[in-house]
Amino acid sequence: MGRIEDTFEQLKKNNRKALIPFITAGDPDLATTEQTILTLVDAGADIIELGMPFSDPMADGPTIQAASERALASGTTLDAVLDLVERVREYSQVPIVLMGYYNPVFRYGAEMFARRARQAGVDALLLVDLPAEEQDELRTFLAPEGIHLITLLAPTTPAERTTQLLASAQGFVYYVSMTGVTGTTKVDSAAIETRVLRLREQSPVPVAVGFGITTAEDAASIARFSDAVVVGSALVKIIHQHADSPRLQEEVHHFVAELKQGVNSATDNH
Amino acid sequence: MYSYPDPRGHFGQFGGRYVAETLMPALLELEEAYAQAVADPEFQKELDYYLHYYVGRPNPLYYAERLTEHLGGAKIYLKREDLNHTGAHKVNNTVGQILLAKRMGKKKVIAETGAGQHGVATATVAARFGFECEVFMGTEDIRRQSLNVFRMKLLGAKVHGVTSGTATLKDAMNDALRHWVTHVRDTFYVIGTVAGPHPYPQLVRDFQAVIGRETRQQMLEVEGRLPDVAVACIGGGSNAMGMFYPFINDQDVRLVGVEAAGLGVDTDKHAASIGAGKVGVLHGNKTFLLQNDDGQIDHAHSISAGLDYPGVGPEHALLHDIKRAEYVSVTDDESLEAFKMLTQLEGIIPALESAHAVAQVIKMAPAMGRDQIIAMCLSGRGDKDMHTVADAFGVEL
Repeated sequence: MGRIEDTFEQLKKNNRKALIPFITAGDPDLATTEQTILTLVDAGADIIELGMPFSDPMADGPTIQAASERALASGTTLDAVLDLVERVREYSQVPIVLMGYYNPVFRYGAEMFARRARQAGVDALLLVDLPAEEQDELRTFLAPEGIHLITLLAPTTPAERTTQLLASAQGFVYYVSMTGVTGTTKVDSAAIETRVLRLREQSPVPVAVGFGITTAEDAASIARFSDAVVVGSALVKIIHQHADSPRLQEEVHHFVAELKQGVNSATDNH
Repeated sequence: MYSYPDPRGHFGQFGGRYVAETLMPALLELEEAYAQAVADPEFQKELDYYLHYYVGRPNPLYYAERLTEHLGGAKIYLKREDLNHTGAHKVNNTVGQILLAKRMGKKKVIAETGAGQHGVATATVAARFGFECEVFMGTEDIRRQSLNVFRMKLLGAKVHGVTSGTATLKDAMNDALRHWVTHVRDTFYVIGTVAGPHPYPQLVRDFQAVIGRETRQQMLEVEGRLPDVAVACIGGGSNAMGMFYPFINDQDVRLVGVEAAGLGVDTDKHAASIGAGKVGVLHGNKTFLLQNDDGQIDHAHSISAGLDYPGVGPEHALLHDIKRAEYVSVTDDESLEAFKMLTQLEGIIPALESAHAVAQVIKMAPAMGRDQIIAMCLSGRGDKDMHTVADAFGVEL
């Protein structure tokens, strides 16, 4: 059993849903990111999605594009992100999912990356531009290291393909709430509820929902029918707004605690 | 026998479908629709009709007599894609894709563009077939190619200026993909080159292969034999792939692709992805890319907006790997010299992209025998480049 499985089992026992905040590693710099991860955990994050910056983030909207640019400008490399995870592991066992694009991992070398990621304490990898059709090579190297490759499902994924993709799902499944890029449109929870409930019946692993979730209210309404809620752009915005302020960690804590309250409210009365 | 891509869209280790899950179903749908279209004689008939009556094909294979005499070596023939409707080879592909979009019942098309030729070619067929059209173009290219921007707008297209990154073709493609992922249910993405996720590299090649098929036939008619060398410029590589593909099994025909060396391949300002890049994944396919050791994509540079791209089509990457084609590069300055020479000796003003191929011909022809033949793809005309060329020659318009 890995950290992700343990986390979901614990949450289930307590009748809780997971909050998964996303931040870009190295935005504004790696030292701040390290501090922020601890703040996220302290404020109630159950799993951390840590963005590996990429020069051409084709699935991201303006907010995360800009965060990626800032992270690269501050000198963030894939090695430095892995080192960061290793440092966090000295004092936290929070599950960490590295999220990003395939090219930096490919350049690093799939085999070397898998080994180094396991040493550092990475639990899973989520690559937005690596669909099932192209995953074979990477999976070969990730599997022996016990690192999950998270399956993404989209509103456009047909039923038959959904079944196929779920067959190899590990850790959790990430349901993309809308056709689009990150952080541009607000999620319509009523429109996706049926689909997510159906997915949860089919899926061998918990179902997380992301894209367009910006407030505690959004988080609450999504948590009612999903296993986990991912919040990215809204949090990245707060980090950027307060990047130079001594109140940065306070602001992050406040926002994430609010999100967590929202997520918890979904199961409070059941 | 050469037979690529494989059923999963791979050209050896290159190609593939590296896209968001949201787009996968659309790519699978496109693949199926394309396979059906290829098998349907009616589709081919319709395509041939528009290539003839709308694009103006076949265009001539022109013997460049004065250039040949001046260089004193191989006989030089120019495949006149510049004479197509809209002034470049790009329209061969957009006619094909719009007919496919029509078959699939789509009503909106989008496109990325660098020099603006593909944007114009897409806006043109969108007007002809009654599609809504949106084009993504880097603001740096909008500045360099204002004339083409105006043409697209006249044709009824909406042009989105892209400011991210270097504000050139790479960034335009990022934003086109972002738009597509958002509107994938009703929008057909007309990719302009032999890159992107499968099946695009294959279908763009197939639509552009009319260049090489005609060249082959015309050469046999005029010279009674095949050329010794086929030469074409390469950004993403669609005119080159179209020129090369029908000659791939003719082992005696050398295939030479010309990348943009910008200020020099040993500087950090060039666009020679095969010559100086490393294998990586961008814009849906695995191929040679200009990138740093950490897998971040580098900025490309070329005086020619159409070659200013840090990647190359995956089939070219394969042809390089299996040594079926040779890839060389010429600098901004060499392409400007070639631009002048062709203009003054033949009365043909080439696009700056095509001038790169001319520059390579200028290098090769003198070392070849007078009984040898070069067939070069003159991919487009140079009207769009007047401002850039005037700038480079220090002339104020």
